[in-house]
Amino acid sequence: MSGILVITEQSGGAWHRVSQEALGAGLELGRALGVAVRACVYGSGASVAAAELAAYPVEQVIALESPLLEAYTADGAALALEWLVREEQPEVVVMPHTYQVRDYASRLATRLGRALLADATGFRVEDGAAVFQRQLFQGKLTGDFVFETPGPNFVSVQAGSFRAPEAGAAAAAVETRTPELDAARIRQTPEAPFREADRAVDLTAAERIVAVGRGIREEGNLALAQELAEALGAELGASRPICDNGWLPMERQVGSSGQTVAPKLYVAVGISGAIQHLVGMKGSGCIVAINKDADAPIFEAADYGIAGDLFDVVPALTEALKKARG
Amino acid sequence: MKILVALKQVPARDSLLRIGAGGCWLDEADLSYEINEPDAYALEAALRLKEQQGGEVVVLTAGPERVSSSIREALAKGADRAIHIEAEGLEGWDALGLGRLLAAAAAAEKPDLVLTGLQSDDAGSGQTGVALAELLDLPHATIVMAVEAAEGGVRVKRELEGGWFQHVSMPLPAVLTIQSGINKLRYATLMGIKRAKTKEVKRVTAAELGVAAAPGLRLKRLYQPQRVKQTQFLAGTPAEQAAALVEKLRFEARVL
Ligand SMILES: Cc1cc2nc3c(=O)[nH]c(=O)nc-3n(C[C@H](O)[C@H](O)[C@H](O)COP(=O)(O)OP(=O)(O)OC[C@H]3O[C@@H](n4cnc5c(N)ncnc54)[C@H](O)[C@@H]3O)c2cc1C
Ligand SMILES: Nc1ncnc2c1ncn2[C@@H]1O[C@H](COP(=O)(O)O)[C@@H](O)[C@H]1O
Repeated sequence: MSGILVITEQSGGAWHRVSQEALGAGLELGRALGVAVRACVYGSGASVAAAELAAYPVEQVIALESPLLEAYTADGAALALEWLVREEQPEVVVMPHTYQVRDYASRLATRLGRALLADATGFRVEDGAAVFQRQLFQGKLTGDFVFETPGPNFVSVQAGSFRAPEAGAAAAAVETRTPELDAARIRQTPEAPFREADRAVDLTAAERIVAVGRGIREEGNLALAQELAEALGAELGASRPICDNGWLPMERQVGSSGQTVAPKLYVAVGISGAIQHLVGMKGSGCIVAINKDADAPIFEAADYGIAGDLFDVVPALTEALKKARG
Repeated sequence: MKILVALKQVPARDSLLRIGAGGCWLDEADLSYEINEPDAYALEAALRLKEQQGGEVVVLTAGPERVSSSIREALAKGADRAIHIEAEGLEGWDALGLGRLLAAAAAAEKPDLVLTGLQSDDAGSGQTGVALAELLDLPHATIVMAVEAAEGGVRVKRELEGGWFQHVSMPLPAVLTIQSGINKLRYATLMGIKRAKTKEVKRVTAAELGVAAAPGLRLKRLYQPQRVKQTQFLAGTPAEQAAALVEKLRFEARVL
C-alpha cells in the first residue's frame, strides 16, 4: 500500500475542470507526505486524455479502458475503479468532487470498506498524517477530519480549493489497463444527456446581476429585488430554492446546476452562500452581499457587505441609486 | 410497492450555530430541529408513488429521542409506519457507519424502492444513500429530479452539472437519492395529525441491529471558518449603508 492515486474526470477527451485541481491536491499531498503520485483516467476518450495527463509531474498515468466504461454508469465506474484500487494499492485516492464522483465514489469506497471524505477544501500534515478540512452546515462551519483506517482512503476535493498544477515537458509513462468487468453487474441503463428548452435570457452576458435568495421569503416580495435590478440596470438572478418554488424560471438560477456567471457587479440579496451557489458567481468582478446574518458564508466571497435586513436595505439602496443617477 | 424513506432530522435552517464544549459538535441546548430538506422531498415523492401505484411508505430514521417529532410529522403527512433506530452521538459516525446502521434495518423490510435525500444539511457528506445502496447490493441513482415506473423497474431523471439532465433506467429494488425542489411538499392535515397517533413506530437500537460505531473518518474539531477575504462592511442606518455602497460602487469599484 503506497502513494497517491488521483482519479481524474473527462468525457470524450474534454476535461472536467476540477480534474486538474484534484491533480494539484494529489501532488501537494504527495509532496507533503513524501510519496509518489499516479494519475488515472477512465471512460470514452481515456487514451487521448491520458496523453495530456502525462505532461504533469506525476510518476505514472493509467488509462483505464473498457467498452463497458464508454457510457458512464455508477456501477461500471465503481467496479472498474475498485479493480484498479485493489491492483494498485494506493494509500490515498484523490478525486474531484463532481456530480459523477458524488454518484459513484461512495459506492467504490464502501466496496473497499471505507468512508469517503467528501468535498475537502484543504489539508495540513500533523505528525506525519494528513488532517483534512471540509465544510459542514452548508459552509457555515468547518471541520478537521482524520482517517482512522489504513489505506486505501478516499478524498474528493471541492471545486476552487486547490490550484491546478502547471503542465511541464516531462512525459510520464502511460499505461493502458483493462479492468475485469462483468456486464451483468452493471444495472443502470443511461440515456444521452439533454438540456431543457432554450433560454430566453442569457445571464452570462449580463454586466450586472441582482440575485435573490430565500431571504426574500415570499414571491410577492420579488418586486423589491426587481426594482433594485432596474435601478442598477441589472438582470435578475436567483438561488436555487427561488427557482424550485417556481418564483423565477430555471434559466435565472445561478450555481452548479444553473448558470455560471461573471458580471462586473453581482449583488446577492438574502442568499446564504452555499458552495453550489458560490461556484456559479465567484468569478464576478465586484460582489455585494446583503444578509441579516453577518456570519453568512456569502460574505466570504463579497467585496462589500451590508449586514442587515434586506427589507430595509434594498429599498434604501434602490432609492440611493435613483438619487445618484438623478 | 413498498417504499422506504430514509429521513434525517437536522438543525433548523436559520439556527444560530454555537460550537459545544469539547469543540467537536454543536451546543444543542437552544437548537430547534426539522426534517432535512431533500428528505422532505423524498417523502413527498414516495407518497405520490404510493398514490399512483398503491403500496406502503415506511419512514426510517436514526437518531435520539428528539427525532420522534420528525417521525410524527412524516406519519401525519401520510407515511404508513416508521422505524426509529434509537441512537445517541450519531454525529460521530461517518457515512459508511450510518449506511450500515440503516442497511441493517432496511434489509429486513425488503423494500422495492429506497429513497433518501441527496445530502444532509448538517454533515453534508452526500453519501449515506449511495453507501446504503452498496450495502444492500442494490443499483442506485443520485440527484434524482423525477421518478417514473418503467418495464421491470424505474426510469429516473438525473440532474447533471450546468443545466444538463439525463434519464437512467434500472431494475427494482433500487435506491434513489432525491434532489430538493422536485415536487411541491404537502402539509399535514388535521385528520393526518390525528391518524398519525395510531400508526406504528418500531423502535430498535444499534446494538439490536448488531451494528457498532467504528468510524473510519473522525471529526477532530469543528470551528468557524477563517476569513481570507477582506469584506468591507458598511455601517450605519440602512440609508447610510445604501449611500456608502453607492459611493463605493461608483468611485472605488467603478461598476456603475
Ligand atoms: C447537487 C446540488 C446542486 C445545487 N445547485 C444549486 C445551484 O445551482 N444554485 C443554488 O443557488 N443552489 C444550489 N444548490 C442548493 C444550495 O446548496 C443551497 O441550498 C441554496 O443555494 C440556498 O439558497 P439560499 O441561499 O437562497 O437559501 P438559504 O440557504 O435558506 O439562505 C437564506 C439567507 O437569507 C438570509 N436572510 C433571511 N432573511 C433575511 C432578511 N430579512 N434580510 C437579509 N437576509 C435574510 C439568511 O440569513 C440566509 O443566509 C444545490 C444543492 C445541491 C445539493
Ligand atoms: N441518521 C439518519 N437517519 C436516517 N436517514 C439518514 C440519516 N443520516 C443520513 N440519512 C439519509 O442519507 C441522506 C444523505 O445524508 P449525508 O450522507 O449525511 O449527506 C440524507 O438525506 C438522509 O436521507
